[in-house]
Amino acid sequence: MKAAHYWHCFVGIQTREWLRFWQQRTRFASALVRPLLWLVVFAAGFRAVLGISIIPPYETYITYETYIAPGLCGMIILFNSMQGALSMVYDRELGSMRVLLMSPLPRPFLLVTKLLAMGVVSIGQVYVFLLLALLMDVEPPLWGYLAVLPALILTSLMLGALGLLIATWIKQLENFAGVMNFVIFPMFFMSSALYPLWRMNEASPWLYWICQFNPFTHAVEAIRFSLYLEWNPMAYGITAGVTVTLALLATAGFRPQRTRILGASKPA
Amino acid sequence: MTIEASNLSFRYGEKPVLREVSFALTSGRFHALLGPNGAGKSTLFGLLTRLLALQQGELLLAGQSLKKQPAEAMRRIGVVFQQNALDLDLTVRQNLQYHAALHGLSRKEARVRGDRELERFSLLDRANDAVRQLNGGHRRRVEIARALLHEPSLLLLDEPTVGLDVASRKALNEHVRTLCEEDGLTVLWATHLIEEVRAEDRVLILHQGQLLADGKGQAICEAEGTRDLAETFHSLTGAG
Repeated sequence: MKAAHYWHCFVGIQTREWLRFWQQRTRFASALVRPLLWLVVFAAGFRAVLGISIIPPYETYITYETYIAPGLCGMIILFNSMQGALSMVYDRELGSMRVLLMSPLPRPFLLVTKLLAMGVVSIGQVYVFLLLALLMDVEPPLWGYLAVLPALILTSLMLGALGLLIATWIKQLENFAGVMNFVIFPMFFMSSALYPLWRMNEASPWLYWICQFNPFTHAVEAIRFSLYLEWNPMAYGITAGVTVTLALLATAGFRPQRTRILGASKPA
Repeated sequence: MTIEASNLSFRYGEKPVLREVSFALTSGRFHALLGPNGAGKSTLFGLLTRLLALQQGELLLAGQSLKKQPAEAMRRIGVVFQQNALDLDLTVRQNLQYHAALHGLSRKEARVRGDRELERFSLLDRANDAVRQLNGGHRRRVEIARALLHEPSLLLLDEPTVGLDVASRKALNEHVRTLCEEDGLTVLWATHLIEEVRAEDRVLILHQGQLLADGKGQAICEAEGTRDLAETFHSLTGAG
């Protein structure tokens, strides 16, 4: 197989994801309602309760909306990646996955490309969300929109790989409700998405350490710092490290027979 | 392309699904894999397409081990799955282009080959229709056209006529036989419907994971002392 084959395959998978996105654009638009509700309603209610002091990367006092916007960007990717990865292994994408796995190209390449393609669509949603957030006076520097892109890509790949890993190995979580309760919500709430970790430390040191060990915290911080044109090597390093590890584990451990891709019989 | 399977066994957990299955397919011929539901046909297809990993036994495609040379093998296999594997929201052409891309073909090449296959299947005028707008028979044709896009030498069809009416089933079966004769394609057609198999076909009868008969339909009937394949199938499997 030559490099051109890989390239055509990469482009083909990306194109298909965008075509599907276009077909289901109303569904994708409705997926924006969740973070917007958090930004407009939740933030309005809690801004008085949760005063934010000056913490990096911010150089001045900020509104609560400004604080949670990067976390909500992470949330969009979190929901999309988990839902996308699950649909690869369970219901909606089964046919497409069978076709994908018939490709002569190496499976790790196919799976990572597929996760990236799903991630790119989520990232499109993040940018639409950030544009709408301007209406709530969340105004990062202009170059921040570009600088945040690598962090968004890493986050989407990390969470997509995690979703694939969960969908392949943990049979008990085989529907989205299970994943929401046991993965998405804990990851989201036990992170720095909604409150700075020093506040968590004041409330409960052990919860603080759980948040510190949560890779989603570092993904959100990588998004937050890049969006405000600050470099956070620890957040980036941890996010990148976890992404590579999860992607390796998810693709190397992926076995169609552990999933329902065959369709015929329930795997053992 | 020849296929040789030797001593294939497969189990889901403790449950054996295939037991010591061995056969060889002849290049450029139509082969019917006949078996009642639950015989192990889809599992065998899973092994041939690498959706299932070999647990025991060996599979050779054109003399090359599927395990050792998976990329080369996949390049030469076209598959039509039992369940629909088309994206219903995308157009016929978009579905074909996706498949072509997965096989490393450029958009231009995909377009040329896709149109050629669609023309052959009398579906070129439907190229820009969403698959959802097509009837069952046409969808199956699109799946076959897609499976042939990368010019494989082996076509695997897993119960391709499920859900089709009698006329569409017959037409599809005829069509694949024509492909076999015209293109020298090796075909393995899995079915539980005896009327899709002819006496002159090479027939493999699978039941409860075991290969009960392998040979020309007529020869199997003679060996079993039965009048036709339907009777043979019934006496061997209790089905039919």
